[in-house]
Amino acid sequence: MTIKYKTIKEIKKMISQKEISNKEIVEEVYKLIDENSDLNAFVTLNKDSSIKKAEDLDNNPSDSSLAGIPIAQKDLFCTKGIRTTCGSKILDNFIPPYSATVIENLENAGCISVGKTNMDEFAMGSSNETSFFGNVHNPWGEKLVPGGSSGGSASAVAAGIVPAASGTDTGGSIRQPASLCGITGIKPTYGRVSRWGMIAFASSLDQAGPMARTAEDCALLLNEMCSHDIKDTTSLDENIPNFEDSINEPLKGKKVGVVKDLDLSSLDDDVISVYENSLQEFVSLGAELVNISLPNLSLSVPTYYVVAPAECSSNLSRFDGVKFGRRSENPKDLEELYIQTRSEGFGDEVKRRILIGSYVLSAGYYDAYYKKAQQVRRLIKKDFDEAFSDVDVIMTPTTRGPAFEIGSKVSDPIQMYLEDLFTISANLAGLPAMSLPNGNIDNRPIGLQIIGNFLDESTILNFGHMYQTKTNWHMFTPEGVK
Amino acid sequence: MSWETVIGLEIHAQLSTKSKLFSGGSTEFGAESNTHVDLVDMGLPGVLPVVNKEAFYKAIRFGLATGAEINQVSSFDRKNYFYPDLPKGYQITQMTKPIVEKGSIKVLTDEGEKLINITRAHLEEDAGKSIHDLFEGETGVDLNRAGTPLLEIVSEPEISSAKEAVAYFKAIRQLVTFLDICDGNMAQGSMRCDVNVSIKKSGDKELGTRAELKNINSFKFIEKAINYEIERQIRVIENGESVIQETRLYDSDKNETRSMRSKEEANDYRYFPCPDLLPVVISDKELQEIRDNLPELPEEKESRYVSEIGLEESEAKIISSSKAMANMFEEASSKTDDIKLVAKWLVGDISALLNKYNIEIDESNLSPENFGKLIERISDNTISGKIAKSVLEEVWDNGSDVDEIIQTKGLVQIQDESLLEDIARKVIDSNSDQVAAYRSGKDKLFGFFVGQVMKETQGKANPKSVNEILKKLLK
Repeated sequence: MTIKYKTIKEIKKMISQKEISNKEIVEEVYKLIDENSDLNAFVTLNKDSSIKKAEDLDNNPSDSSLAGIPIAQKDLFCTKGIRTTCGSKILDNFIPPYSATVIENLENAGCISVGKTNMDEFAMGSSNETSFFGNVHNPWGEKLVPGGSSGGSASAVAAGIVPAASGTDTGGSIRQPASLCGITGIKPTYGRVSRWGMIAFASSLDQAGPMARTAEDCALLLNEMCSHDIKDTTSLDENIPNFEDSINEPLKGKKVGVVKDLDLSSLDDDVISVYENSLQEFVSLGAELVNISLPNLSLSVPTYYVVAPAECSSNLSRFDGVKFGRRSENPKDLEELYIQTRSEGFGDEVKRRILIGSYVLSAGYYDAYYKKAQQVRRLIKKDFDEAFSDVDVIMTPTTRGPAFEIGSKVSDPIQMYLEDLFTISANLAGLPAMSLPNGNIDNRPIGLQIIGNFLDESTILNFGHMYQTKTNWHMFTPEGVK
Repeated sequence: MSWETVIGLEIHAQLSTKSKLFSGGSTEFGAESNTHVDLVDMGLPGVLPVVNKEAFYKAIRFGLATGAEINQVSSFDRKNYFYPDLPKGYQITQMTKPIVEKGSIKVLTDEGEKLINITRAHLEEDAGKSIHDLFEGETGVDLNRAGTPLLEIVSEPEISSAKEAVAYFKAIRQLVTFLDICDGNMAQGSMRCDVNVSIKKSGDKELGTRAELKNINSFKFIEKAINYEIERQIRVIENGESVIQETRLYDSDKNETRSMRSKEEANDYRYFPCPDLLPVVISDKELQEIRDNLPELPEEKESRYVSEIGLEESEAKIISSSKAMANMFEEASSKTDDIKLVAKWLVGDISALLNKYNIEIDESNLSPENFGKLIERISDNTISGKIAKSVLEEVWDNGSDVDEIIQTKGLVQIQDESLLEDIARKVIDSNSDQVAAYRSGKDKLFGFFVGQVMKETQGKANPKSVNEILKKLLK
C-alpha cells in the first residue's frame, strides 16, 4: 500500500479499513520527502514528533475528521517549537513560542504536520525563486518553477508526497502555484481563516487556505481551517457551513460569469482553448454562461503593487535585529545595527517592495498612491458586487500560461508581477477563489480560476467538485494519470 | 518690543486599565523588566492587536467631561519609525479619526478663569523603555510599558504663559484623576507632556515658528522649560535670526533646552490606516451608560459643598481641588455630624501639614476614619481644639488611633465645673496683683488668667467653661 498521489478521502478510507497504519503513512511521507529532496520543497522537517503522533493514533484511534492525515505547512505559519523562517535569512533561527490558529485548527482535527514548506521570501514572489533556502522545483519538470509563493506546498502535493498542504494567498500565492503544479487550491473569503500566527505580508490581503488534489479534499480541509478567532479582529464572525454539504449539487441553471473585459490577447492560443473548453464543460454540466463586465479589472495589478508593498513595508519593520531573528554582528551604532541587519537579512525582492511601500506612504505621495489605490480597490470591489448580482461564480484562467522555466522571469519584476494578473482582483475584493487543473500544455498542467461571491466558498467548491467528477485533469501526475 | 507667547500642550496620560491597549499583558508599574510582556507586546511575527474597549470607555469619560464630541466610529493608524523600544517598528495611534475631538476645560489663571480648548484626545500605545545606564556599552530594552494605553490630549495653541501652561496641566490632571482614568502619578510617568512654544509680536495675527519641547514630567520643569524657551526665542529674533521648527529637549540640570532634531531631519512617519484593526464602533447604549456613570466632577463637587453643606466657597474650592482631598472630606464627613468642622480642619491644619511635607493627603498617615474620629472628639468636647492639634501631629507621625492617643496620654478634657472653679480660685488667689490690675480696667489680663488655668490643667480644661468661670470670679 502506498499513499503517494492519494487523496485525503482515499487515505481516510485506507486508515478506517486498516489497510495501513498511521505510522506507516508518516514513515512513507518521510521516505517520499527523501526521494524527492531535489524538489527542495521542505525547509524544516518535524519527523520525530510526527512519528510519535502517528504511533499515538495507532494506539488510540481517533474519529476526528482528519485524524492521521499528513499535511505540509507553509513556513509562513508560526509553529510552536518548530523553526519558522518565512523563506528568509532574517528568520533562519526563529523558533516561535506559539502556533498559528490555522495550525492549531488543523492539528486539533487530527492532521500531522510533517514539515514546513519552502516559499518565496515573506511570500513575495510568483516562482519560489526569492527563497533564502533556494528554488523549489516543479515535479513536472526540474527546470520549471512551481509558482509562488506557496511553491513548496504546491510541489509537495503535486509530487504525491502529502495529500494536503497549507498555503497563503495575498495576490495569488495559493492559486498560481496550484495552477502551475496541477493541483487544487482555494483562497477563502478574507476573514474566514484567522491570520493569528501567519507572518504578515499585506495584512488586508493575506488569507490562508488549503492546497490538495481535489476540490472535495479542499472542502474537508477548509472545514477545519476556518474559525472565528477573537485574536484576529478581521476574522469574520459568520456562520461557517460544512463545505462538503453542497458539493454534489447539480449545476443546472447556475450561472457562470465570463468576464468580457478580460484581455486574453497576450495569452497563447493553447491557453485560451484550454480555458474555453472548460467553460463548455460547465455548459454541459448544465450551467449557463453569462457575459459580465468588470470595468476596473485592468487596474488590479497597479493597485495591488501599491497596497501590498505599503503594508509590507510597515509589517516587516519588526525585523530589526533587536528582539528576534538574525542580528548583524558588531554594528558600530544603532543605525548600523538596523541597516546591516536588514541589508543582510532581506533578499532583493523584499527590499524592492519595502522601498516601493515606503515611497507610496511617504509624506507628499500618500494621496497620489496609497489613497488612490484604496479608492480604486473599492471600485474593483463594487464591480464584483454588481457582477455577483447576476451570476453564481466568475471564471478566468488562473495564470497566463503553464509553468515557466527557472530564471526566465526573475530579472524582470514587471513580467513576474503580471503572473498574478488574474488572481489579484479576488484579494483586493476579499472574495473567495479557487484554482483547479483544467488542462495540460506540453505536459505542463494549467488551472482554471473560479471566483465566488463573498462568503460563498460552498458554491465554488460545488462547481469545482462537479467539474472533477466529469474530468480527470486533477488525476494527472508527473508520472501519468492516477 | 513686546512679545506674546503662544503655547500648546500635548499631554500623554496613561490610562489606568488592567491590561494593555491591544493585548492581555498587565499594565502594572514597577515589575521586573520584561515580565509584563505577552506575544503581542513583543511584536512577534504573526501576532495581531485586539482593542481593549476599557481604554475607549475611559477616553470617552474624558471626552464627556470636557464637553467634547465623541466619535462613535474611530480608527487606528500606524506611525512608522524605528526605535529599539518600539517592538513592531510602528506605533498604533489614532491619526485620522480620534475618539475625542473639540473639548474644553476651565483653567484658573492669575487673570481669572480661562477656557482652553482641547483640539483632540486620541488613544495610542506607549513604547517600552530603553535603559542606557545599566549595561556597559550596551542598551537594554524593557518592554513592560510597551502597549500601555495612552490618551494623548492636545490643546489648541491658546495658552499664553508658562504659569498658564502649568495651570492647564494641573486642571487636566485634576480631571483625569477625578474621572478615575489615570492615576496622575507624574513621578512614575503616568502623565508626561510635550510643549509647543512660539512667540510673536504683540498684536500679530500670524503665529511664529514653534519649537517642540519633549517629554517633560513635572510642573516645575514645565514652567522652567517654557520660560527658558521664551527667552531663547526672543533672543534669537532680537539678534536678527529666526526660530527654526525643531524638537528640543529640556535639560533640568542645566535649565536649558537643546536641539534634538530639526524639521528637515524629522522622521517621515508614513502614517496609514492600520490594516489589522477594524474601525472601533461605540454604540449609543455604551455611550449612554458611560454618561450615566460619570463621577461627580470637581466643579460639581465645589458647588454642592457650598449649596448643600454650607461650606465657604474658598473651603469648597480647596477641598475639591484634588480627588484625594475630596475623598478624605466625604469619607470623614460620614463619621461625624460636624461636617463644617471637618472642612475647617482640612483647609486649616491639615492643608498646612500637606504643604509643609509637600505630599498629597492620600500619601499621609491620616485615614478618613481616624480623621472623622478626631473631629467627633472635638465636637463632643472630649478634647479641646488645642489638644486636637497635638493629637493630629501624633497621628501624622505614626497613624495611631485617635482614641488610643487620648486615653494613653490622658488628654480627656476636664468638664467638671467645680474642679475647674477650684483651680481658678487658686490662680486668682496666688496672683492678687494681676487681679487688682484687671479689676482696675486692664481687660487684656483676662487671657493671662485663662493661660494660668490651662497651665495648671495641662491644657485639658474646657476653654469655654474656663472663660465663664473666670468671668464670674473676677467680677
